[in-house]
Amino acid sequence: MDLVIQVLDSTVRLSTPLLLAALAGLYSERSGVFDIGLEGKMLAGAFAAGAAAAVWGSPWIGLLAALAASLAMAVIHAFASITVRGNQIVSGVAINFVAAGLTALLGQSWFGMGGRTPPLSGGQRFNPITLPGAEALKDVPLIGPIYEGLISGHNILVYFAFLMVPVTWWVVFRTRFGLRLRAVGENPAAVDTAGISVTFLRYRAVIICGLLCGVAGAYLSTAFNAQFGQNMTAGKGFIALAALIFAKWKPLNVLGACLLFGFLEAAGIRLQGVALPMIGQVPVQLVQALPYILTVVLLAGFIGKAIPPKAGGVPYTKER
Amino acid sequence: MNHPLPKWVDYGLIPLLNLVTAFLVAGLVVLIVGENPFEAAYLLVRGAFGYGGGIGYTLFYATNFIFTGLSVAVAIHCGLFNIGSEGQAYVGGIGVAAACLALDHYVPWFVTLPFAIAGAAIAGAAWALIPAWLQAKRGSHVVITTIMFNFIASALMIYLLVEVLKPAGSMSPETRTFVEGGRIPKLDWLFELFGSSLGGAPFNWTFFLALLCCYLVWLLIWRTRLGYEIRTTGTNPTAAVYAGIPQVRTIVIAMLISGALAGMMAINPVMGDQARLQESFPAGAGFVGIAVSLMGRNHPVGIIFAAILFGMLWQGGAELAFDMPNISRDMIVVIQGLVILFAGALEHMYRPALSAIFFMRQSSGAPASAGQANTGEA
Repeated sequence: MDLVIQVLDSTVRLSTPLLLAALAGLYSERSGVFDIGLEGKMLAGAFAAGAAAAVWGSPWIGLLAALAASLAMAVIHAFASITVRGNQIVSGVAINFVAAGLTALLGQSWFGMGGRTPPLSGGQRFNPITLPGAEALKDVPLIGPIYEGLISGHNILVYFAFLMVPVTWWVVFRTRFGLRLRAVGENPAAVDTAGISVTFLRYRAVIICGLLCGVAGAYLSTAFNAQFGQNMTAGKGFIALAALIFAKWKPLNVLGACLLFGFLEAAGIRLQGVALPMIGQVPVQLVQALPYILTVVLLAGFIGKAIPPKAGGVPYTKER
Repeated sequence: MNHPLPKWVDYGLIPLLNLVTAFLVAGLVVLIVGENPFEAAYLLVRGAFGYGGGIGYTLFYATNFIFTGLSVAVAIHCGLFNIGSEGQAYVGGIGVAAACLALDHYVPWFVTLPFAIAGAAIAGAAWALIPAWLQAKRGSHVVITTIMFNFIASALMIYLLVEVLKPAGSMSPETRTFVEGGRIPKLDWLFELFGSSLGGAPFNWTFFLALLCCYLVWLLIWRTRLGYEIRTTGTNPTAAVYAGIPQVRTIVIAMLISGALAGMMAINPVMGDQARLQESFPAGAGFVGIAVSLMGRNHPVGIIFAAILFGMLWQGGAELAFDMPNISRDMIVVIQGLVILFAGALEHMYRPALSAIFFMRQSSGAPASAGQANTGEA
């Protein structure tokens, strides 16, 4: 029981950045702007948060810096793919490189610690919150350990990430903005004909994407870890992208996919060097590669079909 | 609003402006970290071209980038964006290592080389096969699948190196060192011909193989039936199908060629430099291929120049990091990203302004120009 709780608890922690980044991608891609730059935006956010929190001693200032850094990257992506009508994939690749290079370069030149930011301690980072009643319920069988060990004791960004799932669902499927967002990703010409600005809508979507990626980055450097390390996203942005595709661009499925991929990561750490009964030792590399393999299998159309927004990747040109 | 621009503007001025912008922004970054951009640029160029060894390293890196650049370019001609060159090059290493490990004790290097080339090409192409097939048959986006395959490649290769290829008793995840028969000789004599010396630089025969591949790719794309089919599929898939060009076959073949070219990049570091297969030896060369192909406008000649430019950045950047402690090697990654951004995604940034300028000059300078006359008659 304890082991199960522990693995699930680290699943929650490991899923959080994936969840934030995948939901970020959802807004952008639903509006018809492909984004393979989630990784870069997250990395920029993580660096900004780590650096600002270390310098000014507050995780909230770190979070603001992360939002600003990630937003700047998002605006570049929006300008390239919406205003100049450039290739969205190329722009995403460029952002990943610029972020990877800049964070390491600035980190080294500002702090001289081999690309890391100074370690954060105590109130400089987001600390676990004990939910009311956790202590009291601790000894109740079943409910106690789940509430105390799994649900309580996370930092505020974890709760924010999980809260964003229903919020995103509500925004995308129950508001006017969401309806237009989905429409502009499927048929921008129709939205344009209705007198709604395609450009403004898509800019807003990409900006939301940037903000959420910033939170994901801040989570990595000021909540999950206590400092920024060079290339600390280590492919999480791409796993989030995989989760988004795996979830067929739907918010509730995104939660499932991120929990699954987070669980695989948690299990992978646990399984290191452990021999399972019947199967024997599972190569760690296989567990690490599973999210990618699963996504490819899904894309191959063997488990349902992932159909991206129709206008995704295509810059919109007003007809003359 | 968008008037057609003269060819020299399209193929000369706009790429130049984009590149200049990228380097201006890079200079700004150098300023931010508190160094002098002009001095940095001087140190960079001196490190890359100032002495024999520097040139040797520049050309060694350029060799890698020619292969990956060609790989990206062939896919782009077919309308596919292959981000998987990195993974394909990595897996291509297996083909090289297999040939070298099997033959190096028995035959000289020039006998091993053809097998290494075949092995690298086959392994690289094999790694591109599934994304290619999924794109052609199932319509899964090749960008996404190749990204996934990069990660799968890196997991697979670490597994193979640690569990299978590592000699017993060794700690580091790499194969045994190849003997003479698995090493491509350096081109010292070429440098001595010009009175210079290669120093320790690993510049080797693979460079000529890369140039040969450039010629072959040019031949393929612009002088063969298959090349025509690839370009037609890339420019207008609907028209290609209508003209009876088999779409699935063309896409798969183009991706296989792309993968094979990426795989062949492995020959240079594995057989020409380290003489063993190491963990993550492509070191990002596959991604540089994207920048090289974009900058070289997907043409082999352009790719050679762009590859040398990036070879210069890699070699000069390393020296720069040594001379200016404030600028780490990561500056190269920043420049790479900026080049991809300005030469790729923001390619058309200057177009509206330029076309406005040219249109103004045309209409004010020569009122009786052809365009004006035509509208007059209409």
